[in-house]
Amino acid sequence: MTLSPKSSLKPKVAVYKFSSCDGCQLSILNMEDELLDIASAVDISYFLEATRTVKPGPYDVGIVEGSITTPHEVDRIKEVRAECKYLIALGTCATAGGIQALRNFSRVDDYIKTVYAHPEFIHTLETSTSIANNVPVDLEIWGCPVNKGTVLEVLAALLQNRRPNFPPSPVCVECKRRSIICVAVAQGIPCLGPVVHGGCGALCPANGRGCYGCFGPSSAGNFNSLVNTMVPLDRYPNETANLLRSFSSNSPAFRAAADAALKIASTKEAK
Amino acid sequence: MTDKTLFIGSTVALPKPELDLLLADLRKNDYQTVGPHMQDESIVYTKIEGLKDLPRGILSEQNPASYRMLQTDKDRYFDFIPANQSWKQFLFPPRHTLFSASKEGKWQLKENDEPAPRYALIGVRACELAAINIQDKIFLREDFSDPIYRSRREGLFIMAVNCLDPDATCFCVSMGTGPRHTAGFDLCLTELDEVFLVEVGSELGRSMLAERTYDLPSAFVQNAANQAMDRATRSMGRTMDTRDLPELLTTHLDADRWNVVSKRCLSCTNCTLVCPTCFCWDAVDQADILGKSTRRERVWDSCFNPNYSFVVGGNTRPNIRSRYRQWLTHKLGTWKAQFDVLGCVGCGRCITWCPAGIDITEEVAAIRAEVNS
Repeated sequence: MTLSPKSSLKPKVAVYKFSSCDGCQLSILNMEDELLDIASAVDISYFLEATRTVKPGPYDVGIVEGSITTPHEVDRIKEVRAECKYLIALGTCATAGGIQALRNFSRVDDYIKTVYAHPEFIHTLETSTSIANNVPVDLEIWGCPVNKGTVLEVLAALLQNRRPNFPPSPVCVECKRRSIICVAVAQGIPCLGPVVHGGCGALCPANGRGCYGCFGPSSAGNFNSLVNTMVPLDRYPNETANLLRSFSSNSPAFRAAADAALKIASTKEAK
Repeated sequence: MTDKTLFIGSTVALPKPELDLLLADLRKNDYQTVGPHMQDESIVYTKIEGLKDLPRGILSEQNPASYRMLQTDKDRYFDFIPANQSWKQFLFPPRHTLFSASKEGKWQLKENDEPAPRYALIGVRACELAAINIQDKIFLREDFSDPIYRSRREGLFIMAVNCLDPDATCFCVSMGTGPRHTAGFDLCLTELDEVFLVEVGSELGRSMLAERTYDLPSAFVQNAANQAMDRATRSMGRTMDTRDLPELLTTHLDADRWNVVSKRCLSCTNCTLVCPTCFCWDAVDQADILGKSTRRERVWDSCFNPNYSFVVGGNTRPNIRSRYRQWLTHKLGTWKAQFDVLGCVGCGRCITWCPAGIDITEEVAAIRAEVNS
């Protein structure tokens, strides 16, 4: 994908929202120091969170926040795909299904009956799935919310016709580069950092918490060993399994690891 | 009257409060005094002013994947064994801006010309000093020397400490690096309950110590220190047989043990980043969105990072087995040919700070057992 900066027309960018909390769109709007530069480099053609002005497609780049949770969204994401040359899934809802994918592990009808006075008005799917589960995606930016620096790097890389720089190294690298003490080793706190994609700057360990994996799986991660390592540290039943069953729960690596963690716990209980 | 003239090689007894004045003198001489400090349930190396910042009465208990501290009421400051941080971070910083460039008309390059900080390292253990000596071979070669490392290394003041209470993950005796210092320091402390015994190792150390109030050590005190150091030498938690290294590893690249360990290895990079001799780095560019300014940064990298061995055509070490094997066969194998020394000093950090608790001494022994069986 090349967005030629020499072209007199600025590349048209569209930002879409699906099932999500809007936090990743806000991460874009939070780039206060860079917004003017972004606006001068690209033509923000569709971004309802920022402006009601809508310019017609097709668009050069589509940035999609949110997961697919309704029949309407299944149709709409296909339209979005059709009108964008390059499609970016933004944030862990869009890349894995988000926290709302917890429904995938239970019965959504039970929730609907519990929450809504008139369940018959609710049109929802049994599952929350990622954008890539529904249409081809060109690039995924993980995070809950995404790191605004990563978004900026991706836009800059597209404009400069180069590969964006976000290496698949784990959170542990960011801890050590920031001289943060390992919470698992020094405090016995279960932490998913060894298998989770960096990019957050080790936010949770920096505040004395274990990583719960909102940036998704690192490509090199050994989830089997992680489960065997962290489950024995659980401070309450299923702590590691719960870390795995959160924001990235629907990614295949997290799914399998959470199942393995629960299995270890149930074997221990049986004994 | 007893002659108290100091020479290089002299040992004196320094009352503990005098250490505060010694550190203050170092700061007056433009040194940043950095040393051990309790933080986040661990010991970090950071700016310290004196005894008040040191971990008073703290003992450490290290095991695979576990670092714990025990508080005692002893008036002692160096009984713990260091945690994950090593002095590497001061000489080979985790992040360092190399240059920035901006385009106004044409590109202007601006090198990072910040003066190197002058550090006085307080409490360097023998294994850690050995690690600095190894990194010297890496960064200060005759044909090439790293300017960032060199400028920091040249201005260094080293106040060493002899280890008296090794932990379960320590094996410096096996690697021939400790626990007792022999050379390479400006001053070297041995801590006793009442005083520090201080050995002078350099002219700089002599001149700093000469300003302080000290006594000649009694035979009783010297004997106590020697006994404590002998005890430390005998109480290593682990051992590593190095007699058949590096050949044991470099000639058994197909050992089954590599498969076994790769099932446990998280490929999380922790062992390499806490290792005081590992030196891999990456250079990362950060360009702005308009393409008008950029900054290049040097950051710590690791051979366990999946991108580390990514080259044209693919990844030369595509799985955890190949990455772990690369690390161990380099550290205890090809390192010898490259730098004329093994890359391990026996500090045990890679054992303690591996979340999965993989033990380098156990892995070497297992490969030996497999080969000999």
